[in-house]
Amino acid sequence: MPRPGFVLDVDRSTPPTLFWRGEGFSLERLPADRSRIIYPPEPLKGLDHLDHHIRNALLNPIDMEPLPALLKPGMRLTIAFDDVSLSLPKMRRPDNRQRIVEAVLDMAAEAGVDDVHIIAALGLHRRMHEYEMRHVLGDRVVDAFMPRGQLYNHDAEDHENLTVVGETDHGEVLEINKRAAESDLIVYANVNQVAMDGGWKSLVTGLASYRCLSHHHNPESLRNTKSLMDRHHSALHHSIWRMGKVLRDSGPAVFQVETTINTEAFPSPFEFLAKREWEWTAKDRALFLGTSKALNKMPNTTKRKLFHNIEAPYRTTSVQAGYTESVHEITLQNVHEQHLVEVEGQTDILTMGIPFISPYNPESIMNPILVMCMGLGYLFNMYRGKPLVRAGGVVIMTHPTYEDFHPVHHPSYIDFFDEVLADTTDPAEMSTKWEKKYAEDDWYRHLYRTSYAYHGVHPFYAWYWGAHGQQHAGRVIIVGGHAPAVRRLGFTPASTMSDALEIASDVVGRNPTISHLHVPGVLVADVK
Amino acid sequence: MKALRIDRNVGKFGAARIVSAVSPGGAAKLGPLEHRTINDPAPPSGGGWQQVHTRLAGICGSDLALLDGHASAYFENWVSFPFVPGHEVVGELESGERVILEPVLGHAARGLTLPFEGASPADGDDHTHLATTSVNGIEPGIQTGFCCSTGGGWAPWFWAHESQLHRINGTASEFPDERAVLVEPFAGGIHAALMAAPVANRADDPVVAVIGAGTMGLAAIAGLRRYVPNVRIVAGARYEHQRRLAAAFGADCVAEGSDLDRAVRREVGCHLIGDPDEPILSSGAHVTVDAVGSAASIADAIRITRPGGRIVLLGMPANVTIDLTGLWHREIEMRGAYTYGTEKLADGTTTSTFKLAIDTVTALEAEMLVSATYSLDDHVDAIAHAASAGRRGATKTCFEMRGS
Repeated sequence: MPRPGFVLDVDRSTPPTLFWRGEGFSLERLPADRSRIIYPPEPLKGLDHLDHHIRNALLNPIDMEPLPALLKPGMRLTIAFDDVSLSLPKMRRPDNRQRIVEAVLDMAAEAGVDDVHIIAALGLHRRMHEYEMRHVLGDRVVDAFMPRGQLYNHDAEDHENLTVVGETDHGEVLEINKRAAESDLIVYANVNQVAMDGGWKSLVTGLASYRCLSHHHNPESLRNTKSLMDRHHSALHHSIWRMGKVLRDSGPAVFQVETTINTEAFPSPFEFLAKREWEWTAKDRALFLGTSKALNKMPNTTKRKLFHNIEAPYRTTSVQAGYTESVHEITLQNVHEQHLVEVEGQTDILTMGIPFISPYNPESIMNPILVMCMGLGYLFNMYRGKPLVRAGGVVIMTHPTYEDFHPVHHPSYIDFFDEVLADTTDPAEMSTKWEKKYAEDDWYRHLYRTSYAYHGVHPFYAWYWGAHGQQHAGRVIIVGGHAPAVRRLGFTPASTMSDALEIASDVVGRNPTISHLHVPGVLVADVK
Repeated sequence: MKALRIDRNVGKFGAARIVSAVSPGGAAKLGPLEHRTINDPAPPSGGGWQQVHTRLAGICGSDLALLDGHASAYFENWVSFPFVPGHEVVGELESGERVILEPVLGHAARGLTLPFEGASPADGDDHTHLATTSVNGIEPGIQTGFCCSTGGGWAPWFWAHESQLHRINGTASEFPDERAVLVEPFAGGIHAALMAAPVANRADDPVVAVIGAGTMGLAAIAGLRRYVPNVRIVAGARYEHQRRLAAAFGADCVAEGSDLDRAVRREVGCHLIGDPDEPILSSGAHVTVDAVGSAASIADAIRITRPGGRIVLLGMPANVTIDLTGLWHREIEMRGAYTYGTEKLADGTTTSTFKLAIDTVTALEAEMLVSATYSLDDHVDAIAHAASAGRRGATKTCFEMRGS
């Protein structure tokens, strides 16, 4: 029986705590008697015979007819699937999406459906490489569909292949992929790693245009998203759900297949990462020391390659299919079962280690903007109820924050860092002053459509992701970060955790209370 | 008198070239420059010559190239050895008046008819007079500081012709020597800036890129801002203090040197093509002023200048190897910007570049650019400082001879 999440009050006997530092780690000692470490629940047990569970979900869906009953000869069937932003790290093959898509295709073939398109629902993310498609969908699907042009990446800038489905009662225009919108049925294949994902978000962001996304991917929405992991208190999700209603009422039928995975993210050489430090064995300590020393000697490119090559041995904890909203409620219950940790009250300081990866740099570089996004966007938002840190408190992250960008994946990020952040770090101001220029830049558009670049506006979205955290925190400190880059982000650099705590005392006094969000794995603090 | 002098010594020029490759400015120790007692230069024949007592004399990039043995052999016949360098000079006449030197040894100084009425020393389209011994005995030399007859600014005093002198109005507190010594380099920068005008004025939203923000780059930026005001200026500077000054002098956008291509792209909204580390812009700046003059900076200028645009070569390039395919393919015009002279402004009026430079350094209170001064005795340190000015947070290094 996996143990639930746990809040450890730090005392003098507590061993140093693991912090991610990009492509490395450090052990930090937190002040005794006023610090607490929030550990995630242990990985839930996975389902055996997953293919059977998937088939069962397709045949026994929630609030919809079984999939075979929806499949008719001559119909237009579109299968959309989550892109490489999920899962992190990537799932060991076969990926859940492959299992789902293969099961759906088998049923479609049995029903005589031959007009099938498969679309990577990547929104404004970079396009998937063929080898990534093969990893996610398997060779059989790729070989059968890609050569015939029936397996491809969504293109949010291909205006001839976008269509307006309708408008919400808030004036939000739902504009999505034309093929999907004009299909008789869309089947969505999802892997759900955190509560933010899934539901209507899968389709109305993954297959949307910039115009459509800009209704909710903006500073106003993100500042009122409290939190990203709690859709009932998220302006972003409220907007998306309104669009989902438009899709339900005016668009094609949607058959949503959602899977939840546990938190077994690292294979054996990195097992120590998921353990609680006081339970480390001699082998774990040796592995930590050996790994840390080896990483310290490697160039960043080698370290990145090492980490991005990791294939996670996740286990799938649930599969549900059918009507999107009904399916997603069950998905959320399963996600929460894996992630929720009850925590009593807020503290003055929140500490977090920033890992090598975020949803926007698979096989890429965690550039400074993504450090901000990961810290204030994702990890800060790992709460339900109230943030772990009080309003006006201090967030301390650990990351090298090197001024390093992937020139192919993140061209507009480079300019955003040089031009926009040099001017302002305020999401609202940059939205008004700079966003349009980047969103409509012909070169970025060209690279998004034909190369492997994130859309020109994407660094703005990454920045807006942290808007709530940015507004909430009195100061943000990065330990071990490249000082000029940290300052460009509007944060304060510190050499050591002790220095960071000293700097933080200007804001929160001499004896602040501290919460440390233990990463990995993944947890959502249910703050009472 | 005791002065800094350069003799024709092939061995020392060679040694300087080797030493400078490993130690910027190190050639001052082993190179052709010597601090030694020299014979006082004889007064040139003909009228109009004045003895000028040096107060401050700047160290210019072309001086450093010469000392490092990197100057082009092109100038072999345009200088006369041995000579006292120093062409950025503010000095004092016997009368006590302070003067700024316009160093070109032009027609008037050589007793020749001016190419046109009111011509400045550098005007004209025939350089015979600069490469031959003049009727009044002045030996070849493009400027004071490269001519054995007149002496130069890196000495307590030298000879200058009346046509080369600009008297300073105001006291030293009203118009400091540190400001006056910058007039000559600023005239060079403004001259280059004005070369952008014909191309920029044909464009709707002209963009001028400036590569480098040492003294010359900053002068070009200031000149563009004042005299070609409709342009957007994008400057690339290697060092933080240079970027700060570039913005203060009027650049609309300032980037690190290596990021200039991206900054220009953002400004004009074009594509970057090819190798992300050294991309070529599909369009680019209407005009690029290259204030560095190295092979790399010229190659950069070709990459970031739009087809049909103009490159103004302000930094002295010497002997460089460049792939000119881009220049050919993009039909870019490359123009040298050597010194200054008589300028025609947008409103059709003419004036001398030195007049514009005096106005500009006054408006900017440009004396802030003088970072360090040294005595002639400390010339090795002075040259080393000037050679690593950017890295050391400096801009202009000068020899100080006030009170000596």
